[in-house]
Amino acid sequence: MKIAGFLLLPTGWLLMLAALALLSRSGPRSAFLLAGFAVEILGLVLFVRAHLAPKEDRD
Amino acid sequence: MSAAQLQLSILCLLIAPLAGCGLALMNAGLGRARNAAHSMTAALCAIAVAACVYFVCGQAFQSYPGGPAYFFSADGTIWNWIGAEPWLFRDLPMNGFAQGVPPAFLFAWFGMVAAGLTALIPIGSGADRWRLGAICASTVLLSGITFPLFAHWAWGGGWLAQLGANFGLGRGFLDAGGSAAIHVVGGLTALAIVWILGSRRGKYTSEGMPMAIPGHNAVLVLFGGIIAFVGWLGLNAAGAILFAGAETGRTPLIAVNTMLGASAAALVAALVTKLRYGKPDASLVVNGWVGGLVAGSAGCAFVHPAAMVIVGLVAGALVTLSVELLDLRLEVDDPGGAISVHAVAGLWGLLAVGMFGRLEAGDQGQFWAQLIGVGTLIGFVLPLTWGLNRLLNLAMPQRVAPDAENQGMDLYELGAGAYPEFITHADDFMR
Repeated sequence: MKIAGFLLLPTGWLLMLAALALLSRSGPRSAFLLAGFAVEILGLVLFVRAHLAPKEDRD
Repeated sequence: MSAAQLQLSILCLLIAPLAGCGLALMNAGLGRARNAAHSMTAALCAIAVAACVYFVCGQAFQSYPGGPAYFFSADGTIWNWIGAEPWLFRDLPMNGFAQGVPPAFLFAWFGMVAAGLTALIPIGSGADRWRLGAICASTVLLSGITFPLFAHWAWGGGWLAQLGANFGLGRGFLDAGGSAAIHVVGGLTALAIVWILGSRRGKYTSEGMPMAIPGHNAVLVLFGGIIAFVGWLGLNAAGAILFAGAETGRTPLIAVNTMLGASAAALVAALVTKLRYGKPDASLVVNGWVGGLVAGSAGCAFVHPAAMVIVGLVAGALVTLSVELLDLRLEVDDPGGAISVHAVAGLWGLLAVGMFGRLEAGDQGQFWAQLIGVGTLIGFVLPLTWGLNRLLNLAMPQRVAPDAENQGMDLYELGAGAYPEFITHADDFMR
């Protein structure tokens, strides 16, 4: 889960960059920017959940 | 840039380091008594390391608007991605006021102060368990790679700053006072550090229930918050003039906005804690205050005071709720609250510029420019800073030994405590 989250973070960012570079009309560009941001949030959620300490590791 | 703008920037930069003094005091006060000297020493060392590393290579990577940079072209659009100044300040003109020459030394001075401030932020999060040597090594990575790279994109004429010119997105990514380049970069590094270090011993029970480990000196924390405000006035005004092209006539607006944002955030933090816990919480009130300062920095010169009150109100509520969420639900042990104060409030402040910014011309698409900046921080800066610190942790373990946590960082790493005449509480040794 940690690796998936870690990889989704830059993937979402690259989606945003691709939207910027490849799309000139504001509607599709905005939609892809939001989609890229949503991918980042998904990655962040996975990354955060992956860092919850397993019960056996707690003091 | 006019002579008046240059002179005002210099005056403002002279008081800007007070923001760092405030943050250092807050970090020390929010930690345990047995780690207070260590916290202040770490702050001083982090500032020193940041200044030296920024001098060696940070300024070269950051550069300044109109300065030399590496870029590539894609479909006719120029992507300016990193500064190309010589290392060690070699080509900076010694006279900062030469006619027709950008005040490169002034930009470098601001960058040095900002790099030091950024380096102070993670110290609060890693308090009570982060080795002094590791703090210095991590600061090398922060002030040599992460900070200057993003600062170039936002402040040095990089691709984020050019979003307006290249893609018609408002004025491009706006971060006048450093909400992004200083605070979110520092706050996300703090999050990475907490994940790598883990929580303090005894913070969570085996069932995951968090135990309260209160800061040792509320007066230090509150005084730090107040003194940080003075530094913030200088930081916001200088940043707005140097990086957002604000006229000197906007300085009163910047000062009013800085005060209003912090005030609204502190009051709402007091109200939220009163409603939730029965009494206002001193540390959360000051965290709300600083969260308001952070959120207001990005748009301090471009937001109407009424909108700044809204920015502050939301920031205060966000900081308070975020501290609780991180501590109770996500098991992120952040003694200084730096992640909530700097990362969460900073991200909100950046988006708020897109919602409330009053830009004279071409504000169409400003929200998207701000969203791309936020996406860059979450999608690029967070993995970068986490990856760099993870690699550092492999080469040089960042967390102290369990004995050191029991004994206290002051005695273990410095050989002397901050309060040698005080009686040490028994539970400090029993944990």
